[in-house]
Amino acid sequence: MLEIDGISKVYKVGTFGGKELYAVSSVSFDIKDGEVVSLIGESGSGKTTIGKMILRLISISAGKIVFNGIDISNLKGGAMKEYYRRVQGVFQDPFSSYNPIFKADRVFRFIREEFFPEITMPEWNDKIDRSLRAVGLNPDQMLDKFPHQLSGGQLQRFLVARALLLDVQFLVADEIISMLDASTRIDVLNLLADLKTRGLSILFITHDLSLANYISEKAVILYRGCVAEMGAVEKIFDYPVHPYTQMLMVSVPRLDRKWDKGANVEKATPTLGPISGCVYYDRCPLAFDKCKERPMPVEVEKDHSVACWKAS
Amino acid sequence: MTLQVENLTVYYQTLRGDVRALENATFNLADGEIMGLAGESGCGKTTLGHSLIILRPPMRFVGGQVTLDNEKLPVWDMEGMNSFRFKKISIIPQYAMNAMNPTRKIGKMTEELLRSRKVEIKAYMPELKRRLGLVKLPHETLNMYPIELSGGMKQRMVMVLSTLLNPTLLIADEITSALDVASQKAVVEMLVEFRNQGCCNSTIVITHDISILYQIADSILIMYAGQLAEKASTEVIMRAPRHPYTKLLISSLPTVGVKYSERHLKGIPGSPPLLLNPTIGCRFRERCPIAYEKCTEEPPFVEIEKGHFVACWKEFKTNARD
Repeated sequence: MLEIDGISKVYKVGTFGGKELYAVSSVSFDIKDGEVVSLIGESGSGKTTIGKMILRLISISAGKIVFNGIDISNLKGGAMKEYYRRVQGVFQDPFSSYNPIFKADRVFRFIREEFFPEITMPEWNDKIDRSLRAVGLNPDQMLDKFPHQLSGGQLQRFLVARALLLDVQFLVADEIISMLDASTRIDVLNLLADLKTRGLSILFITHDLSLANYISEKAVILYRGCVAEMGAVEKIFDYPVHPYTQMLMVSVPRLDRKWDKGANVEKATPTLGPISGCVYYDRCPLAFDKCKERPMPVEVEKDHSVACWKAS
Repeated sequence: MTLQVENLTVYYQTLRGDVRALENATFNLADGEIMGLAGESGCGKTTLGHSLIILRPPMRFVGGQVTLDNEKLPVWDMEGMNSFRFKKISIIPQYAMNAMNPTRKIGKMTEELLRSRKVEIKAYMPELKRRLGLVKLPHETLNMYPIELSGGMKQRMVMVLSTLLNPTLLIADEITSALDVASQKAVVEMLVEFRNQGCCNSTIVITHDISILYQIADSILIMYAGQLAEKASTEVIMRAPRHPYTKLLISSLPTVGVKYSERHLKGIPGSPPLLLNPTIGCRFRERCPIAYEKCTEEPPFVEIEKGHFVACWKEFKTNARD
């Protein structure tokens, strides 16, 4: 459904924009129909940047994104609108996605004005009704309310319902539950998993490994804008190969096991300019000479690729 | 007992009345105990933490008593608390990463901070360097500006700053929420190390992430809607919770290894009550699966086993029958 082929995002930084910061560097992966792919990485790893590039909120510096056979990087006007009919995003902070002085269902009205001007009002209300029920909300209690009258979990589900009004096939869910409380976040997560059964593909961006493991089949681990490891979730979680992934797995706070002593903390902030060697070089316990060249993801077994010279 | 809190009640004053953010909090903290304080956002955990050190308006002290090392704390008195703050009680605030002055080098800022408490940095330097070593920061950090450090490094620097004068009580407010897993682990392990090395005596760790508490806390206090729900040792809270809210909360947490396709986790239906004129009685009652008539009265926070406190009528009843 969606193929990401060697995309990069370069920002000009420094005085007069003389230096380049590679936020994302040659990342490739694909997402199939009805698949949930988790994009996992720490802050600054470029995971949100990838999400924004897919949604065309920012331009793509290099590489291309292909959606159902069409390269989206140069879409304009009507074609762009068609694309947004199929691809939508939901973001981290549900409270700032709404204008607090208007009622929350205004987000639905925009969709109608923009995409369905020909639909009659009763039909439209019926459509809203169905999509709200699909996200587990009761329309009678939810409509005609201001954002502050609804909880974070409800607002977040509202936004998913908004996306469902369109004929979405692909949803970018960027940290959508990190602002929610433990008691409500699991409901939103279950909702995403249910939508999958309706044929929706989801890119689930998160920094929480246990959440990724809970709902997705495939995971992509990012570190400083590069793919460290990707493949089937069970393989990555049970047999991580990349030293970074291994370190992540032992650092996750678990409820069934206590930590071993010792943490691997970052020693320096990232350097500017094109990425030449392995990005994990300065923290890696296994680093050797070869690591000054940049490794690209190589398949080590079926559905499991790793970008590490030691692994290949 | 390092810290004794009795019936501490703090409201927020608003134009529409009092928001009852913390009501009748009663608990003790032993020497060297690391207590986790957990609950949903808006349950009063940060209010409880802050009321022990700085009661800023619109927070209003309503009643209660706080005793630290057998000394009564004048928590209602902004000025009177000055002799305790930083020396005896210290806090690592939420978003501590942005707490440092961006126009000062870190060493300069530390010097000014110490001088304000009449400590000369020269004499303190060896100890400061030792502590930087504890949090794995190079000594050159002192010659850097905050902008030169990453989030995790800033967080660790603020930990050093907060504990410079060996406070008896350290309050760590959501110190891990903005960090990635490796930094999270580093920061909380250092918190334990600080306790072991005597840089602080007892610690209250405020967080919504129970899996972090499971790793480091000796005991966990669960709050719900401004009331204490349950306090017990970490193992007991995780394995044998008694309060229905704690039970539901623990069972809703996804752990590594649980998959949607194999097991559906459940959330808690409903949402917490508004704390502006809340209903009398147990505040969890409307979401509680086992609520009954008695729950319209407020349950006391009672020790049902040694070190295990619960505020639930059903629990008292089953206990009385045994």
